[in-house]
Amino acid sequence: MEDQAKSMMDKLGLDARLLGMIGALVVIWLVFGFFTDWRFLSPRNFFNVSVQTASVAVMATGMVFVIVTRNIDLSVGSLLGFIGMTVAALQVQWLPSMLGLGHPMIWVIAVVAAILMGAFLGAIQGWVIGYLTVPAFIVTLGGFLVYRGAMWWVTKGQTQAPLDPIFRLLGGGAEGTLGETLSWVFGTIAALVAVGIMLLSRRRKSTHGFTVKPMWAEGILMAMAAGLIIAFVWIMNSYPIPRGAMRRMTEARGIEYTDGMVWNHGIAIPVVILLAVTIVMTIIATRTRFGRYVYATGGNPEAASLSGIDTRLLTVKVFALMGALTGIASIIASARLNAVDVGLGTLDELRVIAAAVIGGTALSGGAGTIYGAVIGALIMQSLQSGMASVGVDAPLQNIVVGFVLVLAVWIDIVYRRRAGV
Amino acid sequence: MMTPLVEMKDISISFGGIKAVDHVSVDLKPGEVVGLLGHNGAGKSTLIKILSGAYAMDTGEIRINGEKATINNPRDARTYNIETIYQTLALADNLDAASNLFLGRELVNAMGFVDDDAMEAETRKIMARLNPNFKKFKDPVSALSGGQRQSVAIARAVYFNARILIMDEPTAALGPHETQMVSELIQQLKAEGIGIFLISHDIHDVMELCDRASVMKNGKLVGTVDVADVTDDDLLGMIILGKKPGES
Repeated sequence: MEDQAKSMMDKLGLDARLLGMIGALVVIWLVFGFFTDWRFLSPRNFFNVSVQTASVAVMATGMVFVIVTRNIDLSVGSLLGFIGMTVAALQVQWLPSMLGLGHPMIWVIAVVAAILMGAFLGAIQGWVIGYLTVPAFIVTLGGFLVYRGAMWWVTKGQTQAPLDPIFRLLGGGAEGTLGETLSWVFGTIAALVAVGIMLLSRRRKSTHGFTVKPMWAEGILMAMAAGLIIAFVWIMNSYPIPRGAMRRMTEARGIEYTDGMVWNHGIAIPVVILLAVTIVMTIIATRTRFGRYVYATGGNPEAASLSGIDTRLLTVKVFALMGALTGIASIIASARLNAVDVGLGTLDELRVIAAAVIGGTALSGGAGTIYGAVIGALIMQSLQSGMASVGVDAPLQNIVVGFVLVLAVWIDIVYRRRAGV
Repeated sequence: MMTPLVEMKDISISFGGIKAVDHVSVDLKPGEVVGLLGHNGAGKSTLIKILSGAYAMDTGEIRINGEKATINNPRDARTYNIETIYQTLALADNLDAASNLFLGRELVNAMGFVDDDAMEAETRKIMARLNPNFKKFKDPVSALSGGQRQSVAIARAVYFNARILIMDEPTAALGPHETQMVSELIQQLKAEGIGIFLISHDIHDVMELCDRASVMKNGKLVGTVDVADVTDDDLLGMIILGKKPGES
């Protein structure tokens, strides 16, 4: 029986580590569900957790590349704050005085500025690490202090609020979602694309004459992928928008609000951003030369450079990418709060590193997946939201998360040793 | 007289004041195997890393097919069809055989994305020729045996039509069967007109496989001899005492 199940798993070709992480996530959800009269498993909570995960998860995808190349980035939390404050000041003070308050280009400029600023500062750190060969730990520890200090200087410590109304949508909330109909469209297309990619890959492999999974296994995987996507959309589309927000939204759209009217949230925009980032980063990791070189350099830096890979330039690119993703995460985080104070992003670097590591990224380099980091971020956020909802106080939350981090890495080490990889 | 495939003239390189290679000249003709002999630290690996682009020489000149060549990095070396099998194999252990074989020269599809399936198909083809027992195409090379890893490193050098092949201790980690395989491969490549630098400290290997041998000691070239003209003891004398045969 056990053998049968094992051979079935082999045919499905699912990664044991992925299954382990999903298993851990389900256990966390069920346990907190049980202790909250299943409130934890409500559409409302899933929506909130998905939005709260987005910022850290976006950065975690970049941290995978950083850690895979045997580096570390301790500066992302401070950088997120610095970018957030700069871009907030841009929206609140500088751009309105130049373009006029509520100008439709303000959010576009803010978004582009955030990403460019992150990429530029990341590239500088990468240059110091790659070309001047100062260890990443030190360079980014410096960045951690520099950016937090610089953040204060932007506005002399003043909190910036409220942000541009369109920019705010990028942080989620009742208005910052795709809405019901678009969510279904999005989900349907995503499910079709997922199935299509699996079919294409199967056909490509058979034209090369490789052995492919049996059709039933492929069918189960396709059904699982499509099912997960549709289930997610369904849950997001089961969370009604509260009455106050409904009144505001109907008014804005010129529809008369009646008491029986129900609109649901749908997928939050930050989650759409996270999904896009995850897909793009996965393609970069697995289907581009740059991604291949990132992993090769992490596996054996000497071999990579003997193969003609410019590992110094690669370091610059990896940190620039990390910075750009921090810029995106900063947009999500500041837009969600609709304000930036000097504490924005504090301790985020540790959450991001923990997410990547829980997701199976090895600090020794060379190993780690993008989806793993995203699930890692989801596990971290689920733990924290769960503990908050059962009334665990903040210090104890940190203690638990600390233990879980160490436990997860220990399990990963044991797994790697057993699997011999 | 045939133009040499490679001429390394008067090459020197120092690391922190130590002359690792001190005014050394060696050359290699098409279809020839030249052995580089010497103790550990004699400078043979360093000399060869200058040719493969891993180190930049301080002084000297490299000529390929009689023309001056500029080799500043491994990529330059590859454009001259110089391929190297390093003693350490230089494999990224976390990647599979195909990714290692094509590292730095990935096959891409029309959209510029890495085409893993095409690379695996090519890897299967060349492995069928070099090591028909090789089956682990999906595993990271860390999961392979010493001989299998070696065959991946050799496949990488052979696949890209090397004209000049550098082999640094190619049989050091191999069993007798695999050593035999490497010997046969060297004969075959030689017959195809490829020039091979074979670094070894095994005199029997050199006597069996090489046409000429250049011996180094303490960064200096002791001398270059035709293998047919010398005995094992002559070579040993060159390695240990730094004396050319006939000198007293």
